[in-house]
Amino acid sequence: MNKRNDDPAGMSLIVKTVARVTTGLILLYGMYIIIHGHVSPGGGFAGGVIVALAFVLLVLAFGKKFTMEKISVSRASLVESLGAIMFLAIALAGFAGGYFFLNFFTNKGEPFRVFSAGIIPLCNIAISLKVAAGLFAIFMILVILESTVKKDK
Amino acid sequence: MVELYILLTFMIIGAVIAVVVKDLLSSIVAVGAAGLCVCLAFLVLKAPDLAITQLVVEVLCLVILIRATVRKDLPFSTSGRWVFNTAVTAIFMITFLCISYFALKDLPQFGYPIMKVADIYLKQGLVKTGATNLISAVILDYRAYDTLGEATILFTAVIGVLAIMRKIGRKKPGETEKDQE
Repeated sequence: MNKRNDDPAGMSLIVKTVARVTTGLILLYGMYIIIHGHVSPGGGFAGGVIVALAFVLLVLAFGKKFTMEKISVSRASLVESLGAIMFLAIALAGFAGGYFFLNFFTNKGEPFRVFSAGIIPLCNIAISLKVAAGLFAIFMILVILESTVKKDK
Repeated sequence: MVELYILLTFMIIGAVIAVVVKDLLSSIVAVGAAGLCVCLAFLVLKAPDLAITQLVVEVLCLVILIRATVRKDLPFSTSGRWVFNTAVTAIFMITFLCISYFALKDLPQFGYPIMKVADIYLKQGLVKTGATNLISAVILDYRAYDTLGEATILFTAVIGVLAIMRKIGRKKPGETEKDQE
């Protein structure tokens, strides 16, 4: 832990300590927003952006090398494609009952419960994977580009 | 309604400051203030979903903008043909206002419920989809095609950024210049 604090990359000790405490909470909040998207305000897009923001906080506080060890751009791109395929697969699975995007669960469950509303929570999770990984990949690419431009000069 | 007009005034002031001020970082802060006012306006209009989305997207955009602008001397033209620019801006604004006056004349009053389709969603949404958040029910069940299009747009954007901003000249070890072409 001390080694990470002394690392010159990233910001000061105060920022690193605060980031270490808050990143998990931000991730937890994003997941809450995603999973309860069909019960309370929120949903896949907003929750995905919050999850991406947690990783952006890691990049800003600890530097890009530390974050690249945890999740690289190619892996983020892979997760994004997986989210897109999952969303399309849910949509195509509707053909089992007749048409595209059919909410094919006959038992919709009790309202105000997490396990209700058929395909909507699944779609929320797929969209959140897509949005979180996609926005994080865009941010990382911009950061890497900035550093390579500086090196060339 | 009064708080909405106060927020609108703040939004206009923030936008004007963002355009006029010369320091780029101050300009970004002013944009953030305007975005926060949009978020609060959504809350006043009872749209918490949009408020959450607006807030988080605004934060992400501001972080990216600050990363992009801080520590860089971007070219910023302050001189030039300001008479020409002002005239063009005024002409476009007048045209836009005239067209929007004729186009938006027949819209219903602000907040007046003329909701034929939304009425059905409100009455049958919970029974048909089981989602208590009706916005989720609309965007992921009734209007899931639109969400698919939105997801495709984001996917295309990410692929475009990945393709444009890749490292130039990433060659395999035995490759020469001619193989690239």
